[in-house]
Amino acid sequence: MFPARIWREMPQRYRLEAAKCTKCGKRYYPPRLVCAECGNRKFEIYNLPEEATIQTFTVIRTPASQFSDQAPYAIGIAKFDDGVQMMAQIADCELDKVKVGMKVRLEFRKIQADGSNGVLSYSYKFVPKWY
Amino acid sequence: MRDVAVVGIGILPWGELWEKSFRDIFAEAALNALDDAGVDHIDSLLVGCMTGGLFVGQEHVGAIMADYIGQKHIAAGHVESACASGGLAFRQAFIEVASGMTDIVMAGGVEKMTDVSIDGATYALATAADQDYEVFHGVTFPGLYAMMARAYMQKYKVTRQQLSAVPYKNHLNGSKNPYAQYPFPIKLEDVENGVLVADPLHILDCSPITDGAAAVILTTVDIAKKLKKPIIKVIGSGLATDTIALHQRDSLTWLKSTELAGQRALKMAGKKIDDIDLVEVHDCFSIAEIIVTESLGFFKAGQGAKAVADGVTALDGKIPVNPSGGLKSKGHPVGATGIGQIIEIVKQLRGEAENGRQIKGSPKVGMTQNMGGSGASAVVHILEVA
Repeated sequence: MFPARIWREMPQRYRLEAAKCTKCGKRYYPPRLVCAECGNRKFEIYNLPEEATIQTFTVIRTPASQFSDQAPYAIGIAKFDDGVQMMAQIADCELDKVKVGMKVRLEFRKIQADGSNGVLSYSYKFVPKWY
Repeated sequence: MRDVAVVGIGILPWGELWEKSFRDIFAEAALNALDDAGVDHIDSLLVGCMTGGLFVGQEHVGAIMADYIGQKHIAAGHVESACASGGLAFRQAFIEVASGMTDIVMAGGVEKMTDVSIDGATYALATAADQDYEVFHGVTFPGLYAMMARAYMQKYKVTRQQLSAVPYKNHLNGSKNPYAQYPFPIKLEDVENGVLVADPLHILDCSPITDGAAAVILTTVDIAKKLKKPIIKVIGSGLATDTIALHQRDSLTWLKSTELAGQRALKMAGKKIDDIDLVEVHDCFSIAEIIVTESLGFFKAGQGAKAVADGVTALDGKIPVNPSGGLKSKGHPVGATGIGQIIEIVKQLRGEAENGRQIKGSPKVGMTQNMGGSGASAVVHILEVA
């Protein structure tokens, strides 16, 4: 991945910035330029809440090439208390202990090392809130 | 708008076609379509192909295929909507003819997927998902549908055996299709005994990696009459989209784009869902066929899995689903899949389906549903015997 691509996404990937429509209140992660619900183009930037709940998940056993060294790994969709949903890997867990309804929080982790350039990319993963 | 008919269909047996090139598989299907229609010239070519660039390093697919099917200098272009590329090419060809702009158009589809390794193919297919917010985190297509499957099974208390009924039924249908990649039946328990790909989906829940191509020829009903071929009219076309990321949808157990595309096609055709005699749907994964048949309106939400297990969607059922064998048995060369579906409906409406696969009672109205990604795009068509 070209470094600029990681660099320009820092606000959402590193600082977890989301956007709230100033007109209808719909929340978006990542932020976007126009509200898909009401057409408004003004947003308030805010930080996502800390806690989310797993809605569904899977265990990837046949990954794309850049994730071959990590398989098998859990990945799922979690919903924050403010209604925003996000997809991320579920780290630090026994694969057979992951459950729908499980509480997770976000932690800053290494996601992948990009092939020939060897550029490391970092972002968030879900971590179970059982400790 | 002018009335449009399909007058020619062309396909070749799908599979791991190591001895044949990207351009040659398309040319073979296209030449079969020209021969079937009895025409030697087309005015325009639209080729559905998801990613020739990633699979074989070849883009500019419209131009190369126009030349290699012997139609140098015609109008030609490449149409892309991920796994719905073929369905979209058919829709664009339909619009060209209906609008009066072009008289004879070929809608084709092609994908050459076995010239890369499995993880290379997984990478290429994953480009149909949200690259920055899904794929970046390591999800794959089996993974996305697995998340839908888990949500659906928990919500509606669906059993493993009910889910397995989809690949079981499709392999049974496909065992009667001489063009299928895997033309053999499987046992119900084979599905859950297969290797896990993305829990809860096992290998036989998933459609395969396939080399394949297909082509059909569309023209006006007036020209079709002169060609003296059975006239299969295109009476409805619907296209709809949804968020590309699965996690941004309101429901993980419903496909809104399929619902809307189906409603739009039915409205255009002036038909109700009960008027449909058979349907080819996008069973890229077992769970997809179930949610698609519900979203199209054949069954209520949560009833689709039971319908399959009870034989309602079998060849001799109330509404046969995927008589061709579906993507599961016939194969899923992504760009060609939507055209392959049209070919099966045309065969069934002509009464030409091979090896005892023909649906009894002379079906009159058939539907196709072709879907891109995890349902971010869906194309539905309705065809009727003239």
